[in-house]
Amino acid sequence: MSAGIDLQDVVCDFGSFRAVDHANVSIRPGEFFSFLGPSGCGKTTILRMISGFIDPTAGTIRIGGTDVKGKRPNQRPTALIFQNLALFPLMPIWENIAFGLEMRGVDKATRRAKAEELLKLVDLPGAADKMVSQLSGGQKQRVAIARALAVEPKVMLLDEPLSALDLKLRQHMRAELRTIQKRTGVTFIYITHDQGEALAMSDRVGVMSQGRIQQIADPRDIYNNPANGFVASFVGENNIFEGTAGAASGGHAAFDTPEGRLRARQVAGTEGKPVRLYVRPEHTILSATPAAENSVPVTVEEVAFEGAFISVHGRTATGKPITAELRNDGSATVPEKGAALHASFDPARAALLPDVDVRH
Amino acid sequence: MGDLARRYGPGLTTIILLLVAFWLIMLVIVPNLTLLEQSFRPYLPVVDVGGPKDTYSFSNYLKVFNGEIETSVLGITFHIPVHVKTFLLTIWYSMVVTVACFLLAYPLAYFMAKVVNPKTLPTLLLLLFVPLWVSEVLRAFAWWIILALKGPLNWILLGIGVIDKPVRWIVGYDGVVVGLVYTYVLFMLFPLYNAVSSLDTNQIEAAEDLGAPWWKIHWRIVMPHAKPGIASGSVMVFMLSAGSLLVPSILGSTTSQWFTQTIDQWFKDALDWNTASAYAFLLLVLCTVFVTVAMKLFKVRLSDIAK
Repeated sequence: MSAGIDLQDVVCDFGSFRAVDHANVSIRPGEFFSFLGPSGCGKTTILRMISGFIDPTAGTIRIGGTDVKGKRPNQRPTALIFQNLALFPLMPIWENIAFGLEMRGVDKATRRAKAEELLKLVDLPGAADKMVSQLSGGQKQRVAIARALAVEPKVMLLDEPLSALDLKLRQHMRAELRTIQKRTGVTFIYITHDQGEALAMSDRVGVMSQGRIQQIADPRDIYNNPANGFVASFVGENNIFEGTAGAASGGHAAFDTPEGRLRARQVAGTEGKPVRLYVRPEHTILSATPAAENSVPVTVEEVAFEGAFISVHGRTATGKPITAELRNDGSATVPEKGAALHASFDPARAALLPDVDVRH
Repeated sequence: MGDLARRYGPGLTTIILLLVAFWLIMLVIVPNLTLLEQSFRPYLPVVDVGGPKDTYSFSNYLKVFNGEIETSVLGITFHIPVHVKTFLLTIWYSMVVTVACFLLAYPLAYFMAKVVNPKTLPTLLLLLFVPLWVSEVLRAFAWWIILALKGPLNWILLGIGVIDKPVRWIVGYDGVVVGLVYTYVLFMLFPLYNAVSSLDTNQIEAAEDLGAPWWKIHWRIVMPHAKPGIASGSVMVFMLSAGSLLVPSILGSTTSQWFTQTIDQWFKDALDWNTASAYAFLLLVLCTVFVTVAMKLFKVRLSDIAK
């Protein structure tokens, strides 16, 4: 069982501070949807409005098509997993998991059986009678998921639940969460500031900044076709050029910069607006001779070995830093520090983007 | 102790330690031991003190069983020694005071810890503390005036038509209970407030999110977490109430008698310090036993309270 969620022009003000500004999003039933953004961007506020702890100042929230205005968290078909998990330390694990059922008046034997069943689902059989303090971080995580699943929510809301775990465990739990989501078919709404997490797990991602949803798209589109400079910079690295857009033709536009005339994709709706040119380091190519177009001379300043790839940091004649990433597969020659090279990129791989959301 | 000497130097450390030792030994241990010692000796004319009649015995303690009176509780009539009755009533009404304090303090503690804006909290605390600036005697008398037959409470209730003739409020133990609750409620409030404010608000929200109605959130999450606070508040209120002399003396009625008043009468009216001491120790020991049993029943450990 799962339900979709619609946010229609949702606004949330805290005093004079607008935490969420006209959020519109339609999350499909059974979808794994992430809100991605820096802290203070309003993503947790959105989550708390969906779960019912905060009332929106304006706008409508629908869960499974029903307007949930005025409904308390205990009346909504949602289950929230808190950032600090908020497990009940005075109850054994099974009572934690069965707490929601206890509140619904389910008898003890059924509760216990259900708790055992869920512990199997989250790969923690035999932990029923332990106390919360006896579990490791990853195990607590699973208990929190089981506790939320026990009430058979139509929507699971997860507020950065992996942020307290170490890197290896976090990567493991990502896969685990995704599996549990697929197995149960419940709609997952996931809040994170970690772009890797959002991209790896989600069906779709909503990138937020300063209370506004900047872009909603699947992870590939977010990375490959960011809607604006904020999305491009928040999700991944960029080489950014400042300049003025010139004549456009065939979806591409000329872009005059201090480094010379460049060409890049023009994103619909940005004509005549101030834009910058964004190109990813992995799409920036270094060569000894100038390329036919979009070529900028650079001097290599630093070569950083990162394992799977090598970051080459250079600087243009005007002092602009440029980074290129080379795959560490032996196909590219690693330049020396101080080498004079040319950085170039395919115009189709570069985009002219406004800084932030320009809808308003 | 080495730490103390390093911080304050040998001179000041000696003074501090001597003061603490004086306070402990001269003001706590010696008077109590004196009372304990004389509680086992008979009350004798001065000439006989130290003589052949001055021997140790439990006879002072056994005096609580003297003088039976007829009593009826819940329609059952039986005979009970008058001082035992006083003692049991003292314990009973101290429990009533403790429960009343909890019922008053818990919502307030929760409100202060979890609901009120932290900015207004200092004002609230100040308002709670203001009454403490006035002496306990005056506060007890204030209640005596408020509850008096022609006092302001009856005047207001008559005025707004809740009652049609004045109510005698200071009847039986009612005045004593009101006075004790008022005097000791803060001793319940602050441990409760500390305990509740240490609860992670996410726990409350998690419980609500999982479908718990408000009273179940309190019963299953907040109260179990606050148990050490409830226990320490209850022990304090109970012990202070059972040991209070002032409030029962001022707000007592003709039919109320607190065990401390009985002790006081042995001291001041009978001038029999020996029996008075025995009664005082009875009260101390039995209250301690009572509290220990109650803590066992509610599965609270002493170390929980110390937290």
